[in-house]
Amino acid sequence: MSDVPVILVANRGEIAMRIIAAARRIGASPVLAASVADKDSPAARAADRVIVIGASPANQSYLKPEQVAQAAVMAGAAAVHPGYGFLSEQPALCELLEEEGIAWVGPRPETLRAVGDKGSARQVAIDAGVPVGAGVEIDDPANVVALGEQIGYPLLIKAIHGGGGRGIRLVTNPEELVELAPQAAAEAVAAFGNGALYLERYYGRARHVEVQVFGDGEGNAWIFGDRDCSVQRRHQKLIEECPAPGLSEKRRALLHDSSRALVKVLRYRGAGTVEFLVDTESEDVIFLEVNARIQVEHPVTEEAFGVDLVAAQLLLALGRDPQLPDVGPVPPAAVIEMRINAEDPNADFQPNSGDITRLVWPQGPGIRIDTQIEEGYRFPPFYDSLMAKLIVRAHNRDAAVAAATAAVRNVTIDGLKTTLPMHAYVLAHPDFIAGGIPTSWFGPVWEARKESLT
Amino acid sequence: MIGVFYRRPSPGAAPFVEPGQRVEADTTIGIIEIMKLMNPIVAGKAGVITDFLVTDADAVEFGQPLATIDTSA
Repeated sequence: MSDVPVILVANRGEIAMRIIAAARRIGASPVLAASVADKDSPAARAADRVIVIGASPANQSYLKPEQVAQAAVMAGAAAVHPGYGFLSEQPALCELLEEEGIAWVGPRPETLRAVGDKGSARQVAIDAGVPVGAGVEIDDPANVVALGEQIGYPLLIKAIHGGGGRGIRLVTNPEELVELAPQAAAEAVAAFGNGALYLERYYGRARHVEVQVFGDGEGNAWIFGDRDCSVQRRHQKLIEECPAPGLSEKRRALLHDSSRALVKVLRYRGAGTVEFLVDTESEDVIFLEVNARIQVEHPVTEEAFGVDLVAAQLLLALGRDPQLPDVGPVPPAAVIEMRINAEDPNADFQPNSGDITRLVWPQGPGIRIDTQIEEGYRFPPFYDSLMAKLIVRAHNRDAAVAAATAAVRNVTIDGLKTTLPMHAYVLAHPDFIAGGIPTSWFGPVWEARKESLT
Repeated sequence: MIGVFYRRPSPGAAPFVEPGQRVEADTTIGIIEIMKLMNPIVAGKAGVITDFLVTDADAVEFGQPLATIDTSA
């Protein structure tokens, strides 16, 4: 074995660039597993070596555990970092690598299973003493009225094996529940291969607040504060910030202590996020799920606390000290991240692809840009629409909003439609400036803006 | 396909085909092993194999040419 460990990067786009940077930081050699479309990408150039694992569509390359594992063997990898999405929360790749003696940069496969479906994740939360929403599994979709009474209205029907906001239905009365439950079961079978459903209480004006955890795998946890990700469109996050604004000390303590308890129960290994719903109309705080991976929005936490979470992940996977500090519950800075997507916010957020003809980023203190795009880059149509993350840090939230507003104004991306105009609008909106908006805020506000323009 | 390319059905066996040999589109010319799974590789076109571009037991990547076939022969 050489002294320089090889890290296989099993992802693409900005997160591939991020993992490559972290590998360099710890003195490792990054090798990129790329599809045909990405074999000459900026991430491919940044890596020490590229292994082409399959055709351009993700289901023939990035989503094939055997092909990624084969690339790891061929690269002589000490560890594989899966990034987010793709195979990052699938036990399949993790287990193939285990057989080859290659480390997986993430939690153990049994952890991925325990938190991978909503039913078992909920049970883990209950075992850890973490507050969960009033909810109940449906035994018989034709016989649900009594269950509905038990929860109260409005409520949500959710597919136990669903995810990413899919397979969810809002129900306001018993008649709707009787009508929609069998439909939801049939759809869940079609979409997720499993018709299991549950009912839970619906909070119409709740925030999405999540806690960044890092476990040593033995039950000990570092807690790196919280993030508010309530600016969402159809359950897709658009803007995230650290810390979550306006949380009382008591609520913050409940969120952080609950997350610590989950890490302990799971003996969680590496970086993870515990997501909660924080109601704005009651004192309720409800566990949503554990995301057993590094998340898109991890940079706001890194910038707020001055840590490198991806390097820490790599170090832990290589059996070294992750070199993380113990920090307080509130960071010394406020940070906002804007996701710049190749979508047209004035045309129902329709994705587009093509050549980036001109690209200018803002500069200055506290500005970080995580991206793969550059001038001349052909944004491919095969993958998700995230082009770049613009992350802005300042000494408090008001200053961060002002700095973010200026930063957005000073980005030029020609050749594609982007979500930049949406960011400019949200950052200037009094509700966002005040802080603490619910996840239901963005949709109607953006629709109202469109109507006011026509 | 990504994996290890073998020109023989098993170690010590004769190669599936040799250069100069005539193949049909569905003639097996080798195997690619991915994580212990053996995937037969067919010629794809009828003609005469002129050359192998990779040697037996080489690691190959997706899109990498394995052999040349003279389709006019």
